[in-house]
Amino acid sequence: MLGFIIRRTLIIVPTLLGVSVVVFMLLAITPGDPAELLLGERATEESLDAMREYLGLKKPLHVQYGLFLKRLVKLDLGETIWTRQKVIVEIKERFPATIELSLAAMFLSCLFGITLGIVSATRQYSAFDYLSMLGSLVGVSMPVFWLGLVLILVFALNLGWFPVSGRIGIGTDLEVITNFYVIDAIWTRNWRALADVLHHLTLPAVALSTIPLAIVARMTRSSMLEVLRQDYIRTARAKGLSEIKVVFKHALRNGLIPVVTVVGLQFGILLGGAILTETVFAWPGVGKWIYEGVVKRDYMVIQGGTMLVATAFVVVNTLVDILYAVINPRISIQ
Amino acid sequence: MIRLLNRFTDPETRHPFFDQLEKLFRNRTGVAGLIIISVFVLCAVFAPFIAPHDPVENALYEQLKPPAWKEGGRSSNLLGTDDLGRDILSRLIFGARVSLMVGVVSVGIAVFLGTLFGAIAGYFKGWPDNVIMRVMDIILAFPGILLAIVIVAYLGPGLRNAMIAIGVISIPRFARIVRASVMEEYEKDYVLAARAVGAKNGRIIFNAILPNCLAPIIVQASLGFGSAILDAAGLSFLGLGAQPPIPEWGAMIAMGRSMILRAWWVMTFPGIAILLGVLGFNLLGDGLRDALDPRLRD
Repeated sequence: MLGFIIRRTLIIVPTLLGVSVVVFMLLAITPGDPAELLLGERATEESLDAMREYLGLKKPLHVQYGLFLKRLVKLDLGETIWTRQKVIVEIKERFPATIELSLAAMFLSCLFGITLGIVSATRQYSAFDYLSMLGSLVGVSMPVFWLGLVLILVFALNLGWFPVSGRIGIGTDLEVITNFYVIDAIWTRNWRALADVLHHLTLPAVALSTIPLAIVARMTRSSMLEVLRQDYIRTARAKGLSEIKVVFKHALRNGLIPVVTVVGLQFGILLGGAILTETVFAWPGVGKWIYEGVVKRDYMVIQGGTMLVATAFVVVNTLVDILYAVINPRISIQ
Repeated sequence: MIRLLNRFTDPETRHPFFDQLEKLFRNRTGVAGLIIISVFVLCAVFAPFIAPHDPVENALYEQLKPPAWKEGGRSSNLLGTDDLGRDILSRLIFGARVSLMVGVVSVGIAVFLGTLFGAIAGYFKGWPDNVIMRVMDIILAFPGILLAIVIVAYLGPGLRNAMIAIGVISIPRFARIVRASVMEEYEKDYVLAARAVGAKNGRIIFNAILPNCLAPIIVQASLGFGSAILDAAGLSFLGLGAQPPIPEWGAMIAMGRSMILRAWWVMTFPGIAILLGVLGFNLLGDGLRDALDPRLRD
């Protein structure tokens, strides 16, 4: 098992090297002078020269890539063009917001997705089953950004139940320690801030959770259906166990194994795919930041953000693979 | 005449294609999808004849008219008008053209390149397989929409680049499926027979093996069509896809966003159109999977 974990972890290295090549090449193939792209149109000739020197633009392409890689390893992602702040500092501020939102969305997806899936599987071909499966198909077909706007229109603007955007109200004081506002609020026992943070978190998390919720529900249903057909379930029923015990104690343990994989993969997708939701709800996370970088043509932000999100995605997927092998004894790790 | 009809209907003598077609028509999910897609395609093809107004013509005195059933609405603008007085319904109908084109072009790119790469990897194995699949892994290392956004950011915004970007990010899913099917078929006797009669590699791949791998490709293409429409709408919503005045559904939602309180209908109806279009392709994909390739059921 340890060998498998080590091997699986080592595969990250070539994948991330590949990712860095793509991120590097994108800037190299973009028409125009990379130094000017990175510094903006109003850069002075001296600063442009300094940037060319820094990037090694006068050297051959593979040397440039080597320099790029060296900076990456040192976590030197440069400065943004617009705010003139270190990219890594901005990432430290924004990534927790994205993780917080993704975790909240995953929590909702698992809670409702698994429940729907179990009920549908135990009542296959019932009206509930048909409705929930049609609902989940609608869920995966829904444009998330549109759902976000509809939620804002109904629950924020018309009913006034939730705030329209942002992470925390202007009048709320919160001592920021980790940048995970929920944790910060609990840590400092600031219950008023906690309520406000959760209040702000609800609508974006609901919007972001639709697609994973639908996928988790479908996966849980099909996996539970398969498990419920097994002989050991028939044995459990034959010895007179109650249906609840059969489903929750015997079937669920095996039924949830494939669901774990799907949940993990979806979480990885959310980390990078929250761009649209974050933009709609003005959520100050990495997704909205990358989008703003694209709009302002801030290539430092695009480079740094893409590298970060792809790395997070690859790491999460690797963890999911390892976790799957750990919890599923049937998987051959050779 | 009856003999000709029998070639389609008689289970004994007809081509196996019709067996699968019959299975698809018996599948309620698939039929529901087909109906939605037919409406969608008809709208796209006959847009100039169905649409009550010109989709890009401004009408300064007709701005932000509500839908017909609301107070102040008129039957000539069934779903209301936007801030330039353009008829929403007409823009939605013409928008079906844009979405259909996005689907055809980007899924076309993905199917063509994905099948080519997957077939080469699965047939030759060894280093071509390694190189191709590692490149696919790298594409898969980015969450899809992010890579599309970044590609468009570098290539420049516009519908053409958006379609290319969406096509590129979908290549791996086809390459993986085709590779697996080709590897499975490769072991079968008919491939050996083809080689024994002296067929060249290209002929074996394209004339013998690939026709037997079509089922999963078709299923994936239908599902891919839906996600291409969704991704394109997302890109256009961010201003990176279709540019004004092209009547694209995602761009229409983006425009309606600024007047969400004054005119909810401007952003609501395009969202419903996207939802229905994508739902149609997902339903069809599910139905096709059940009919053509039961092994793929999740």
